[in-house]
Amino acid sequence: MNTIQHLLARASMILVAATLTALNASAATFRFADQGDALSMDPHSLNESLQLTITANVFEPLVGRGKKLELVPLLATSWKQTAPTVWRFTLRQNVKFHDGTPFNADDVIFSYERSKADGSDMKTKIGTVKEIKKIDDYTVDFVTNEPFPILPDTINTWFIMSKVWCEKNNSTTPVDVRKGKENAATLRANGTGPFMLKSREPGVRTVFTSFPGYWDKVESNVTEATFTPIKNDATRVAALVSGDIDMMEPVPLQDIDKLKAAANLKVLQGPELRTIFLGMDQSRDELLFSNVKGKNPFKDKRVRQAFYQTIDIEAIKTRIMRGAATPTNLMIAPGIKGFVPDLNKRLPHDAAAAKKLLVDAGYADGFEVGMNCPNDRYVNDSAICQAITAMLAQIGVKVNLMAETKVTYFPKILSRNTSFYMLGWTPDSYDAQNALFALIMTPSPAGQGLFNLGTYSNKRVDELSAQIASELDQTKRNAMIAEAFKIHGDDIGHIPLHQQALAWAMKKNVELVQLADNFNLLKWVVIK
Amino acid sequence: MLAFILRRILQSVAVLAAVAFIAFALFTYTGDPVTFMVGQDATQEDRARLRSDLGLDQPFYIQFGRFVGRAVQGDFGLSLRQGRPVSTLLKERLPATLELAVTAALLAVLLGVPAGVYTALNRNSWLSHILLAVSLIGISLPTFLIGILLILVFAVILGWLPSFGRGDTIALGWWTTGFLTKSGLKALILPSITLMLFQMTLIMRLVRAEMLEVLRTDYIKFARARGLTDRAIHFGHALKNTLVPVLTITGLQLGAIIAFAIITETVFQWPGMGLLFIQAVGFADVPVMAAYLCFVGLIFVLINLVVDLLYYAVDPRLRIERLAAAN
Repeated sequence: MNTIQHLLARASMILVAATLTALNASAATFRFADQGDALSMDPHSLNESLQLTITANVFEPLVGRGKKLELVPLLATSWKQTAPTVWRFTLRQNVKFHDGTPFNADDVIFSYERSKADGSDMKTKIGTVKEIKKIDDYTVDFVTNEPFPILPDTINTWFIMSKVWCEKNNSTTPVDVRKGKENAATLRANGTGPFMLKSREPGVRTVFTSFPGYWDKVESNVTEATFTPIKNDATRVAALVSGDIDMMEPVPLQDIDKLKAAANLKVLQGPELRTIFLGMDQSRDELLFSNVKGKNPFKDKRVRQAFYQTIDIEAIKTRIMRGAATPTNLMIAPGIKGFVPDLNKRLPHDAAAAKKLLVDAGYADGFEVGMNCPNDRYVNDSAICQAITAMLAQIGVKVNLMAETKVTYFPKILSRNTSFYMLGWTPDSYDAQNALFALIMTPSPAGQGLFNLGTYSNKRVDELSAQIASELDQTKRNAMIAEAFKIHGDDIGHIPLHQQALAWAMKKNVELVQLADNFNLLKWVVIK
Repeated sequence: MLAFILRRILQSVAVLAAVAFIAFALFTYTGDPVTFMVGQDATQEDRARLRSDLGLDQPFYIQFGRFVGRAVQGDFGLSLRQGRPVSTLLKERLPATLELAVTAALLAVLLGVPAGVYTALNRNSWLSHILLAVSLIGISLPTFLIGILLILVFAVILGWLPSFGRGDTIALGWWTTGFLTKSGLKALILPSITLMLFQMTLIMRLVRAEMLEVLRTDYIKFARARGLTDRAIHFGHALKNTLVPVLTITGLQLGAIIAFAIITETVFQWPGMGLLFIQAVGFADVPVMAAYLCFVGLIFVLINLVVDLLYYAVDPRLRIERLAAAN
């Protein structure tokens, strides 16, 4: 009996406390939801956008991104190239970590070493850096293997951790699942960012509070923010409509109009940096999944062009994407450095011309080909593939569509076990070079063309891409990028489709900034 | 009795081994976790090394052997997805699932048995017709639809109850409970109704059918002839004799509630083991999937054992037969 009374008393105390906090801070609490969760609070453990947008509230990079994705100084106040292979960063003074320890050059060097360890997924971000030299407490030199003009662009999600804290908490390397030992940085975080991690229950809720000792003035009036993953689309929408949360993303396309019409809600839409495209196997002498024997139809540019021109991108945009897409002819989106507006004109949709191309190529009766497609990775991905299957039937091509979950889809296409596939790509550095390197260059063991899964190959494009990586002159560099994309476009190396739109929904009193890389930073959230 | 329990425990070890073996055979088809463990820019070399270091390139029976070898030492490894020990993850999620399942099972029994008795005794009353009609809905509507409908009515339109989650919880040692906070109790209502509706209708229909059967038997007629009260006949004789099949079904269903709360947990974002499992499947997180499936196997084995023991308590004939056999 006593225990029950005790528990009841305790429960009511907690209730009262909860009500009081709710009253005090009602103007500045923010509850937001996403379909997934960050997998760890360790900023070096996974290079994935949701993970990084969550940890970006707690940790900061040397160079960050502003509201228009422009580079802004965060932990570094300035940077310049002092030699072709040396970038000098001047660090910000009087910055403190959440535990009160000051930030200096040792933390940068420590974070660099930590990012190279097994279990880190940040290796590629700092892969071009040979070493970091400490000049003094607030100056460091990044020495690169080769001239690397876009270094500041590539490290905006490379976060700095506290050397003292990591050493004290036995977390000097990210968790390596192979070693079977967890560490403190998975659940706790000590950064320099505008928000502190208050509590973390993976998959349930993550609570942030504002950091009073932050070095900069913060726009946001949020003092406590709660992040909840809600996987089910309908539940996520219901949670927003019923007022249990203040903001959520992504909004399922079919609910956008409904939420826009609601009196107390609004929907924020904008193009995303990710480009969705189709790839074709252009290297095998005989396609793996086709009834054409002894030759590969995709080796013929006319066939690739016929496929391109048969696809009615406007129909996909209006019918399947409900307007929430921007058709494209380029493998990168506007907003990516090196985007060439002049080249972004699609070949006309023309099924008759396409049929003629196919006849000229010797496939008057069409042919059969297998297509691989994910069904839970991109917005309406499998519906798009189904539509394309129907469109290609018009020119006599019978597509055998294999749509499947991303868990089995990606291993399959990454092993190049495909003839015709769909993929989406956002260059991690927001620079065209990354797209050329990963998607378009001829695959090689050094890492080029890792996602060029149809093995498109053009010598000149390879040359240009290699030069682009180390060209310091901006004008020359842009001209080379344009030339590479022109050649790739003329070759129909891939079939670009569109950039899908971001769709976030929130209460009318919430003001925030929707970045095209799908980052939602608490420092810009204002509750009116 | 002791021998019986010991034999059951030995059998359960075999069951668990079989579950794990089949699970690992299936994991060959669940995809490659390495794809999601590294970002898009990781090199092919890094991916291959990670895969071989984790033993994912080995045939499934070798992976199975390693799993068993570690599991017998109580080590289920780290989740590939979260980098945290699988045992910790399961322990964290267990209270949420058990509280939901037990609440749902209790509701199902407490509502289902009386409703079954009532509809059997008052076959033609209007309340019986309503109960039977409702039970038809419970049997025929899929769980996720019921959940979404409840959310629509009680969270979105009426705004009485939360649409997702578990509310505030209080930690009692490693156990977290939502029973002691108002928001925790409110959050429990919709998911437990969703989860129990099917079970309740099943129990109700079973009790009703069994009761109707028993009420026709001779000993009930004799009991009436003896002039016993209706109350004594219905509950002392009739209901008691319907309990063996009801126990069996309820026991098995409790296992099913725990194991297959997955859909309810997904619809309500209930932070239980089912949600953990679904997330693990979406990542091909082999250690979590394997441990979860073994755990569910264990639950079923345990529940079956308890049900078997309860038979002895409920049905005196079994005790006598057993004694006779022993003699």
